[in-house]
Amino acid sequence: MLTVIFFLSSGLFLGWSLGANDAANIFGTAVATKMIKFKIAAIICSLFVVLGAVVSGAGASHTLGKLGAVNELGGAFIVALTAALTVMWMTRIGLPVSTSQAIVGAIIGWNFFSQTKTDLVPLSKIIGSWIFSPILSAFLAFLLFHLVKKIVERSSIHLFRLDSFTRIGLIIVGAFGAYSLGANNIGNVMGVFINSSPFKDISVSHFFTFTSVQQLFLLGGIAIGVGVFSYSKKVMMTVGSGIFKLSPITAFVVVLASSLTLFLFASQGLHDFLDSHNLPVLPLVPISSSQSVVGAVMGVSLAKGARNLNFQKLGQISLGWITTPIASAILSYIALFFMQNVFLEKVFH
Amino acid sequence: MNSLFPKRSKELESDVDSYLDKVSVAGLVLLDGIKSYLEGKADQFEKNYLEISKIESDADQMRRDIKHRLYTYMLIPESRGDVLGLLETIDDIVDVCEKVLEQFSIENPQIPDFLKGDFLTLAELSSKAVEEVVKGAQAFFRQIEMVSNYVNKVHYYEHKADDIEEQLKRKAFNSDEIKRFSYKVHMRYFAEKIALVSDVSESVCERLSVYAIKRRI
Repeated sequence: MLTVIFFLSSGLFLGWSLGANDAANIFGTAVATKMIKFKIAAIICSLFVVLGAVVSGAGASHTLGKLGAVNELGGAFIVALTAALTVMWMTRIGLPVSTSQAIVGAIIGWNFFSQTKTDLVPLSKIIGSWIFSPILSAFLAFLLFHLVKKIVERSSIHLFRLDSFTRIGLIIVGAFGAYSLGANNIGNVMGVFINSSPFKDISVSHFFTFTSVQQLFLLGGIAIGVGVFSYSKKVMMTVGSGIFKLSPITAFVVVLASSLTLFLFASQGLHDFLDSHNLPVLPLVPISSSQSVVGAVMGVSLAKGARNLNFQKLGQISLGWITTPIASAILSYIALFFMQNVFLEKVFH
Repeated sequence: MNSLFPKRSKELESDVDSYLDKVSVAGLVLLDGIKSYLEGKADQFEKNYLEISKIESDADQMRRDIKHRLYTYMLIPESRGDVLGLLETIDDIVDVCEKVLEQFSIENPQIPDFLKGDFLTLAELSSKAVEEVVKGAQAFFRQIEMVSNYVNKVHYYEHKADDIEEQLKRKAFNSDEIKRFSYKVHMRYFAEKIALVSDVSESVCERLSVYAIKRRI
């Protein structure tokens, strides 16, 4: 059991860092502008991240599984650890980074090491989604901004009441955002452990089974929640008052647009619904919540007449698509080598 | 999370509305008061003066109350400073209106007939400026895109008031009818006092335009 916990720890660490960093994308502005207290934001965020992870986490994780089925606990440990270290290292040197990109790189590193052929179909789906997600998020933000603006202007609502509604709106979209983050990104944190999961399915009654994957995701979700509570306040203050200065209403639009994007790339139910009605579907792929937020902020900027559009930020995003997976893949390959040859642990079979 | 309850914001909304109504009434009472004075209705004038004094102290109390509740309910953290700034500068208008009637009551200026028309016009323009600035403030809370409309009107009335003020002063100083220089200076003093109401209204508008730009989504 101790070995299992030790091996899972790298995933939990990755979950912690995800919670610490990405909760700020959802509640950053609301907390920094004092519209919502940090404690309330943290409780809602953790709760809904866990819920999203357990209920809808399977779809995006499945795609990661198709990319590379890491089949030994030792290998999964290294893959998650190198992803976490890449995230930490790139954050430290100030480069934009996403857990999704780091884990994909690490999995490809494992594929190389275990001489498993990387399936190009899921890989192209994943990379395509990375490029498309900020664009989709910008588009949604653009539309939502105009819609919200129209509603606010037409309704002649009093400033004070608008304030109340904005707070309630920020809490609701925050909860939705946290749910979507959990659903979309839990695969990054726990996905690599699925094939080597030490847990067994638990049947509560004939109708309800708590699968081993859901147990893994619950654990990962809790790790994200711990990250939110222990470290995200600092990041929220930076996001909310640093790079992007958003008003509470624009924050509402940005969070809603980026959450919708995360949700579209995560929800199996929505995917099946669209598919059954012959509508275009998006692949279920873990994407970067930070990049969705950046996309949404750009969308709002465009809607405002492209004032203060930050092209440097766009360049940084595109750079992240390349540098993060490569760095992570190389690190993963080297670490797997050490794990196998120095610590004599099986990393694949 | 006190601020999550729309009932409290509703209460505060109606308080701000009543406060702004008081300011608007202050402008009307100022006009009434000056009219009564010019027509020699001393009793009516004293009534107007008492009324405006009461409005001034009520408005002070209301403003303090709104300020207190804005902070305790933790409402509108983003534009709280702007709202308080706006309410405080608007309060200056009421103060100036009260001071004008107070000076009339204390100093009892002897206004010759040929200047009465100009004094009345000046009072009307100042009162109109107050009316429009109050509408502008109401728009700030409910219909932000309308603010500039009212701001423009205030600028217009202030400009007109300036013209009348200058005209009045010229007439006073060029006049042979007013024999003593001190009387002429007295006319100038009151013309400036009444015009000050529209000047203060204009400076409230300057702030209002900036706040409105900040609040645009």
